[in-house]
Amino acid sequence: MASAPSKLYSDDVSLVVVLLDTNPFFWSSSSLSFSQFLTHVLAFFNAILTLNQLNQVVVIATGYNSCDYVYDSSSTGNQSVGNGRMPSLCATLLQNLEEFMNKDEQLGKQEPEGRIACSLLSGSLSMALCYIQRVFRSGLLHPQPRILCLQGSPDGPEQYVAIMNAIFSAQRSMVPIDSCYLGAQNSAFLQQASYITGGVHHKPQQLDGLFQYLLTIFGTDLHSRNFLQLPKPVGVDFRASCFCHKNTIDMGYICSVCLSIYCKHLKKCSTCGSVFGQAQTQSDEPSATNRKRKTTDA
Amino acid sequence: MSGAAQVTKRAKYKISVKDPGTTGALRMNDQKLMFMPDNRNSGAKLVVEFKSIQGHKYTKEGSNKPPLINLANAQGGSYIFEFDSYSDLHVCRDFVSKVLEKSKETPNAALEKSAVKLPDEQLSEEEMQLRIKLLQENSELQKLHRQFVGGNILTEAEFWAARKKLLDRDPSKKSKQRVGFKSAMISDIRPATDGRIFAEKPAVHRAFLNFVPNKMTEMEFWTKYCRAEYLSRTKNYHAVVAEAAEDEELAVFLKEDDILANEVRKKIRRVDPTLDMEADEGDDYTHLPDHGIFRDGTKESNELQSEHYRRTLLQDLNRHAAVVLEGRTIDVEREDSTRALAEALARSKRGNEGADNNANEERLDRTPRVAEIEDLQAPHCLPLAPLSIKDAREYFDSQQANTLKASRDSQASMKCSLSRQEAYGSVRDAISEIKDMGLSDPIVNPEVALKVYSGLTHNISSIKYHLGKNPRETVLDRLPSATKEKLLYHWMSIQELLKHFWSSYPITTPYLYSKFTFDDVQVNRLKDALSNIYPQLEEMKESLPADLRHQVSLLVRPMQQALDAAIQHYDADLQKRSAKSGEKPNGYV
Repeated sequence: MASAPSKLYSDDVSLVVVLLDTNPFFWSSSSLSFSQFLTHVLAFFNAILTLNQLNQVVVIATGYNSCDYVYDSSSTGNQSVGNGRMPSLCATLLQNLEEFMNKDEQLGKQEPEGRIACSLLSGSLSMALCYIQRVFRSGLLHPQPRILCLQGSPDGPEQYVAIMNAIFSAQRSMVPIDSCYLGAQNSAFLQQASYITGGVHHKPQQLDGLFQYLLTIFGTDLHSRNFLQLPKPVGVDFRASCFCHKNTIDMGYICSVCLSIYCKHLKKCSTCGSVFGQAQTQSDEPSATNRKRKTTDA
Repeated sequence: MSGAAQVTKRAKYKISVKDPGTTGALRMNDQKLMFMPDNRNSGAKLVVEFKSIQGHKYTKEGSNKPPLINLANAQGGSYIFEFDSYSDLHVCRDFVSKVLEKSKETPNAALEKSAVKLPDEQLSEEEMQLRIKLLQENSELQKLHRQFVGGNILTEAEFWAARKKLLDRDPSKKSKQRVGFKSAMISDIRPATDGRIFAEKPAVHRAFLNFVPNKMTEMEFWTKYCRAEYLSRTKNYHAVVAEAAEDEELAVFLKEDDILANEVRKKIRRVDPTLDMEADEGDDYTHLPDHGIFRDGTKESNELQSEHYRRTLLQDLNRHAAVVLEGRTIDVEREDSTRALAEALARSKRGNEGADNNANEERLDRTPRVAEIEDLQAPHCLPLAPLSIKDAREYFDSQQANTLKASRDSQASMKCSLSRQEAYGSVRDAISEIKDMGLSDPIVNPEVALKVYSGLTHNISSIKYHLGKNPRETVLDRLPSATKEKLLYHWMSIQELLKHFWSSYPITTPYLYSKFTFDDVQVNRLKDALSNIYPQLEEMKESLPADLRHQVSLLVRPMQQALDAAIQHYDADLQKRSAKSGEKPNGYV
């Protein structure tokens, strides 16, 4: 699904909004260290900016307790901070990232419950979509936006509704969501997001070649995707999570009024309040009447 | 055109056109043609069924070629016969074409026959025609029909019962349309006797009713009318005024039609003020001079007194167009005389007035309702139940409480062993590390990069191989077309049978019961048909090459499951029934 044509820019100008997963609990137990990850990612941002002079990169950090904008390549306040050993892009980004992590730490109070806590993907998706909306409304002259999710934390089933809402609004504004999943298992949400919005989902086999993956697959702009072959997932995991317990389910009950999903039969929908009718039990009634008729016949 | 059931002629059988051919006798009847050579030993005897003949060609009479007929058969071969004369050729050709036509009709005739033998249903002729037409148009339907109704699995009534929508089409009734007025204007003075003048000029109509036959005869009436027409055409207004002053009746024809004026006023009142019309740029004529109409003001004359007697061409044209579009309100052929015609027209007009009044009232009613003046209205108190939309935050907060409970998520393979502070600390360290060290060089190890690259390429090409270039391509498109058709055909027949099967449960009437009895006349049709499809599906799967077999079995599995469910249900029901009936043998009432 191509994004809305940007009328006066050339075809391949892109605005990439990157959602960087900074969940410390995930990174502390991942095979790829956070510093290596940042290396790959920073080089990738540089590469995107070199592809076209008008390209833009916006980075949003997806933390454990909060999300925030960490870098915007089009903002003019990019001072070169610190030593001259790296381009100002990296320096600014790292500086902001550090501040963000401090803030995030202070916001959270609880220890995670034993499993890996999930990051607030729904929050950063919403922020990305808001930024893109602002870009759309800035006039006819804008690059083609897309969202890139670099995620390692597992899916948080409690965020299902919010993530799906964000995905559908991305679909509506024709913004593709690419996703690169770095965790161990599969992420159903990211697969669904890329599938529905027409983006690319990939789970890299070799994490130390992450930069190569990023450049080959996620660096392509939307216009070129029409004639480039990108890896397609063989299947998509469409499982949803139920609204009552937040468990991932394959089969369940759906309210016919508001389409909320439940894992067991309920008398009343908790989202919209509609009362469900009685379930028809087929076996008892007809045989009862049959029996009655048989006796009258005989 | 010979009506004979058999034709025998002398002919020569040729293999090709150049072949001299073997002489002999050609005999044709309804089923086949036989050629017997004169010389019994030449071995060119030929017996061909007409079923295998596709078409026939023959030489024309006027050409210099010998009279030949060429019968093409299904395999592409042809049989060429040369006749002695063209008349022979014509006879044979007619016979052949007759037989070929008849053979094409026999499937339909069979359908007709089977449709006809319905003891319990009275079908009208046109319903049968409609059914036959439907079957002819839709080949899928025809196949289904032939398989089930022809194979005595379903009766005709059941087959069509599910397709009521197709049959519901009303045969187009012959709408009784009356021929309307000719759209050419009356340009000659002679009045035509079709009531057109009365329709276009109601004042004349009224005058006719009043004057004839009291004051003058028809002839005189029309004479005066024509005089009036002539006068108005001369555009000599003074003469018009003079003559009108002399002759009263003539004046009637020359005056402006007041009935028309009344009608127009009524029409203006009838315009619906609640009509919503959008204006667009094309409606903006105000800035054009003279509102877009060219006017040359030089020719304006100021003869006020003769205004009454002036009818403009525009008025006539508009009136004429309105009358033509309205059409005739009465049947012209029925009326003999003009007088009767006039009266009938007057009657019909009176009838229409009543309807007009009602429409008026309705409109007056509707107007205030639609064009409401808001600040004059009383507040609306609609009897509706108020919406109860809860605050969304409540929902999300309550869900947060849920998430704190231990979850059975199987993705919890990697447990976080560090405490919060440690985790955050490690991330912060990583950031500072990069800040100090800068980005690593090279960012990616070249061997790793190469491995990644080749892995990706392999991945992409293999996916392309399996899924095909078009992501929207379905599995069905990749199967050979014969298999695909068989699959679709099985699917359709399974759907049809299952539809009838499940609709007859629960068994409440004896008719439904009889569908499943073991009576020797009505064998257990549906169940047998269902169980017969099984081996057919298996057979189809076996016939495929190995790589397609898996995909086809995936497609076939839901069909088999549906069949299983149906047969299970049948068995269970049968058991229940036999258990209830006690000593009675299976299904025997």
